[in-house]
Amino acid sequence: MINLVFMVAITDTVYYIVCGILAVIVLTGIYLMSKVKTAAFGNFLSALAIAFGIVLTLVKYDIIPVWILYIGIAVGFLIGYYLAVRVKMIEMPQLVAFLNGVGGAASAIVGFFAYLGIGTDSDLFSKITALLAIAVGTVTFFGSMVAAGKLHKLISQKPIILPFHTIITVGLFSVLIASIIFGTFSGHNTIPSLNAVALVVIAALFGLVFTVRVGGADMPITISLLNSLSGVAGAIAGLAIKDVLLVAVGGIVGASGLLLTQIMCKAMNRRLWTILLGKTTAIRKSQVSALPQTDLEESSTAVPITVLKTAKKVIIVPGYGMALAQAQHLVKALADRLSENGAAVKYAIHPVAGRMPGHMNVLLCEADVDYEDLYEMADINNEFAAADLTIIVGANDVVNPAARDTDGTPISGMPILNADHCPNIVIFNYDLKPGYAGVDNPLYKRKEGVWLALGDAAVTIKNLLEKW
Amino acid sequence: MDSIQGILLVVFIVAALVGYFIINRVPSLLHTPLMSGMNALSGVTILGALVATAAAIHSPSPLFGYIFGALAIVLAMINVAGGFVVTNRMLRMFTKKEKHHD
Repeated sequence: MINLVFMVAITDTVYYIVCGILAVIVLTGIYLMSKVKTAAFGNFLSALAIAFGIVLTLVKYDIIPVWILYIGIAVGFLIGYYLAVRVKMIEMPQLVAFLNGVGGAASAIVGFFAYLGIGTDSDLFSKITALLAIAVGTVTFFGSMVAAGKLHKLISQKPIILPFHTIITVGLFSVLIASIIFGTFSGHNTIPSLNAVALVVIAALFGLVFTVRVGGADMPITISLLNSLSGVAGAIAGLAIKDVLLVAVGGIVGASGLLLTQIMCKAMNRRLWTILLGKTTAIRKSQVSALPQTDLEESSTAVPITVLKTAKKVIIVPGYGMALAQAQHLVKALADRLSENGAAVKYAIHPVAGRMPGHMNVLLCEADVDYEDLYEMADINNEFAAADLTIIVGANDVVNPAARDTDGTPISGMPILNADHCPNIVIFNYDLKPGYAGVDNPLYKRKEGVWLALGDAAVTIKNLLEKW
Repeated sequence: MDSIQGILLVVFIVAALVGYFIINRVPSLLHTPLMSGMNALSGVTILGALVATAAAIHSPSPLFGYIFGALAIVLAMINVAGGFVVTNRMLRMFTKKEKHHD
């Protein structure tokens, strides 16, 4: 008997040591993701750690013979693999949102089981963590599905604002907290599964209400936040079923999502709490530009080839409009042409150029742009004044000097790329309407050194290359 | 709350803090692969799904256990596999250019 207890204790110790090692492997993997050269290996290490975690769990809980587990793993693997291989790079934000969502749903189900005392004890701590896992996991699932639906244009990209939206959001949040407290302390006179189902419904409503209000350009923040939530949901589910690896990895993911959320908030000049309250959009009634359209059509044909040919230092500012027009390969072709004429071409990437953090870098890499030519805002912002030419493709708000120079606009204080400091600017843009934030861009009215090529960037750049 | 639960809370806080500082080093160039990699990691909830499912099929309502358990495992595994594979795909795109230079 003593022997048996001793053996179990050793198994536990071994288990925790192995979990610790796996957590360190995961952290090492993430550490390696800070350099392009080592990042793929880092990703492999993280995947390896999870694979070992699965084997370890099967052995530790003595559930190797349970056939249903393998069916689940196989089906999930095939679906995940198929999605990952098939997805286009421009669809990356919606894939990440979708994957976040399914992970959140899985955590919610684990929480559901745990609340019923399956896979864990029925003490107070397990109950409250189980309910929290249900709540956070369900919010993550529904929030992510709305975000993915918007990004994939299954539902309108425009913010949907209900009457009393903020009050509804706050109200639902309060009810959510109240149900968690009720579910935790409710005695034997209530049916646990009914509590849990009610919580799922409330959390689902909250997730929906909280994300329908988000518009397209606010997606970087929303996706980062949902990413964080999916990690937190996993960690809380881990607390509920006492799985140390789940807690550790979930905590890491939660922190990373939060960090990226902070970075995105800073780059968009928004506060997290206003986003949590649902005030994510800076949208105003978009004013039609005061500029007469005829002037512009003339100027749009007159992009000066000589300026392009003589430029030695060129900075390209790509925006999401470039990605929408699928013009990244043409931009690369234009950059190659400039390089052939002896120009040094750099790309200036604003943190929110795209629909998720770092999205623009991926899109340009796909078009064979060397990642070493991609510069972060802070590293390149002083170079615009000394550059001969700046080419803006499908970017508006992120180069709008009003953000820096004018008070009281929705983008005032948002850090921008100082493209306006450059003496010569060529702008490829779809039209002259204000950008997402609804603020007129003074660049369009500048008399000297600005040339506008309006229309689909894929067409206008192609025309330019043909005339070259 | 027993001692294991206390330890778990400490693990959560330490992991979050250490993760925060390590992730802070990742340049914005790699933020999308970082995020999809993190995303894959959040599928670690599959460990919980495996344990809970194995327990649930021996509960008073095994059918419920089979259905929701399998669902949780499938969903978590989609997250894990999809996340890691797509991250790898993106990172290969970044390093592809390395070879052109050499």
